[in-house]
Amino acid sequence: MTTAVVPEHPVLSTHGLTIRFGGHVAVNNVSAEFRPGTLTAIVGPNGAGKTTYFNLMSGQLPATSGSVRLFGEDVTDLGAPQRTKRGIGRAFQLTNLFPNLSVIENVRLAVQSQAGMGLNMVSLWSRHVELMERAEHYLHRVAMADQRDEIVGTLPHGNKRKLEVAILLALEPQILMFDEPTAGMSVDEVPVILELIHQIKAQGDKTILLVEHKMDVVRSLADRIIVLHNGFLVADGDPTEVMSSPIVQEAYLGTGVADHV
Amino acid sequence: MLKSILSGDFPRSRILSIMLVLTFIGLAVAPFMLSGARPLNTAATICIFIVLVASYDLLLGYTGIVSFAHTMFYGIGAYGVGLALDAMGPSWWAVFTGLASALALALVLALMIGLFSLRVRAIFYAMITLAVASAFAILASQLSDFTGGEDGKTFKVPEILSPGFKLIEAEIFGRSIDGKLLTYYLVFTACLLLFLFMLRVVNSPFGRVLQAIRENDFRAEALGYRTVVYRTLANCLAALIAALAGALMALWLRYVGPKTFLSFEVMTDILLIVVIGGMGTLYGAVVGAALFIFAQNYLQSLMAEASEALAGVPILAQAVHPDRWMLWLGILFVLSVYFFPTGIVGKLRNRK
Ligand SMILES: Nc1ncnc2c1ncn2[C@@H]1O[C@H](COP(=O)(O)OP(=O)(O)OP(=O)(O)O)[C@@H](O)[C@H]1O
Ligand SMILES: [Mg+2]
Repeated sequence: MTTAVVPEHPVLSTHGLTIRFGGHVAVNNVSAEFRPGTLTAIVGPNGAGKTTYFNLMSGQLPATSGSVRLFGEDVTDLGAPQRTKRGIGRAFQLTNLFPNLSVIENVRLAVQSQAGMGLNMVSLWSRHVELMERAEHYLHRVAMADQRDEIVGTLPHGNKRKLEVAILLALEPQILMFDEPTAGMSVDEVPVILELIHQIKAQGDKTILLVEHKMDVVRSLADRIIVLHNGFLVADGDPTEVMSSPIVQEAYLGTGVADHV
Repeated sequence: MLKSILSGDFPRSRILSIMLVLTFIGLAVAPFMLSGARPLNTAATICIFIVLVASYDLLLGYTGIVSFAHTMFYGIGAYGVGLALDAMGPSWWAVFTGLASALALALVLALMIGLFSLRVRAIFYAMITLAVASAFAILASQLSDFTGGEDGKTFKVPEILSPGFKLIEAEIFGRSIDGKLLTYYLVFTACLLLFLFMLRVVNSPFGRVLQAIRENDFRAEALGYRTVVYRTLANCLAALIAALAGALMALWLRYVGPKTFLSFEVMTDILLIVVIGGMGTLYGAVVGAALFIFAQNYLQSLMAEASEALAGVPILAQAVHPDRWMLWLGILFVLSVYFFPTGIVGKLRNRK
């Protein structure tokens, strides 16, 4: 696989990104750049602003100030659909699916969006075999082919999390944002997802952002770690360096998240 | 073949299939089975309401949009054809002009309401549609020189559709082939095609996006679907189909007036039928409209007979007096919502 993007150029960057909820500044003046072929872990205690930072980058929330650049273009004023179309994909921390539709329909909706077929009113949904096959392919990748026709609302939690990942993959994004993808999964489900993330990273052309509390996971996958604390970016750099820096020892490991290590 | 006609959306319940086939056959042969104006009027009303209610379900059941402006679009279609025939005389050109202007107006209004207000919360959207629809109804009554005001207008339809017209001298199955019969089949065919078209739309890629928006609009956006665009398109589509239903009804009745086409009662009828039949399934519109319109037209006469039969029994005779028919319809509605919260179709599909 080749991409037009020269690795030196960031595909995604934030500049002084800030959001205020009433008096509370959830993300405060955060600047960072993300390059293709890298996996950046974003860590920080609960309520640090990690999910909010993701929401600002993928367009779920509008920034109070600062900007977001995607493939060299300022997308600060664009909504989530437009940013998704430009190649940014989310798997949500709190599962966020279509509960009364079947598993395959959920993935198929992502495939269809990627294929730009949403406005087709006259052909039969079920006739688009190639889209259906792609949807099935992504279900296979998260080991959920057997649940194909189950209604999503009735799935156990671990399966919903895996489906989140399948939907993200189905969007075929250049930038993949995982928000605690393995939280609440059973022990035998976790390796499936980690192996998947590992494979995507190994392709070398995708940009991966991963919010993760489990330090062993972060150590095994991340090329770089960003630490958020109270909305501020307090550390950014090489994993071993960041983990041993005093500010992280204090800000992160000192707040009761240490038991995840 | 059948799969393609029904867009792969089968009834998925034996009883429902039987009900649908019976309704279809009943409506298809109605003019030959029934004599008199009233039964045929009931059949035509059922046809048109199936389309009107199904188009509303596109919004409410499939997309999750609560709108109270559906009768306005129905009225626009009816007034467009009616006023054009009244002003230009009974020609097909008048029908065409009236229909085209009505569709254009419906489209513009649906687009405007959609773009201005589909971004806001659902409850505000409902209020805005209510306000616009009320304003439109008042306007239609006030402009009485143009619209006939409260009394509405009667008009002549193109000759081939007028009751006096005879296509052939002979009778078929004891029924003369007159303009009324031709109008009925125009209504029937148009409604059938519109229904099948909607069935296709809800089972298309676009239709699945509408359902996704109903389920979780936040996630639909995250997948790259601009929900405002989809909602607005659904709004326009529903409005255009409602306008077509109104135009058919105007041709059938050879009359337009605010009570029949713009009143809030029509809106509540639509809501009741959607809920009774089952939201989010177009077959619900068929079953719901057939039962509801039938009850509306015949409950009163059934009750009159029952009341006579029970003349001696003091309370019962009073209870089934024809003047109480609204009460009974209300009770039927409450019971049906209580026992079939997912509507008749939902209930039938879940029995296994
Ligand atoms: N829509 C919102 N309105 C108001 N406050 C919000 C909103 N979203 C997040 N917050 C607040 O912003 C802060 C950061 O929340 P966020 O969800 O980003 O934390 P997080 O780092 O993802 O935490 P966790 O590890 O628990 O997932 C929290 O104090 C939260 O209460
Ligand atoms: Mg979070």
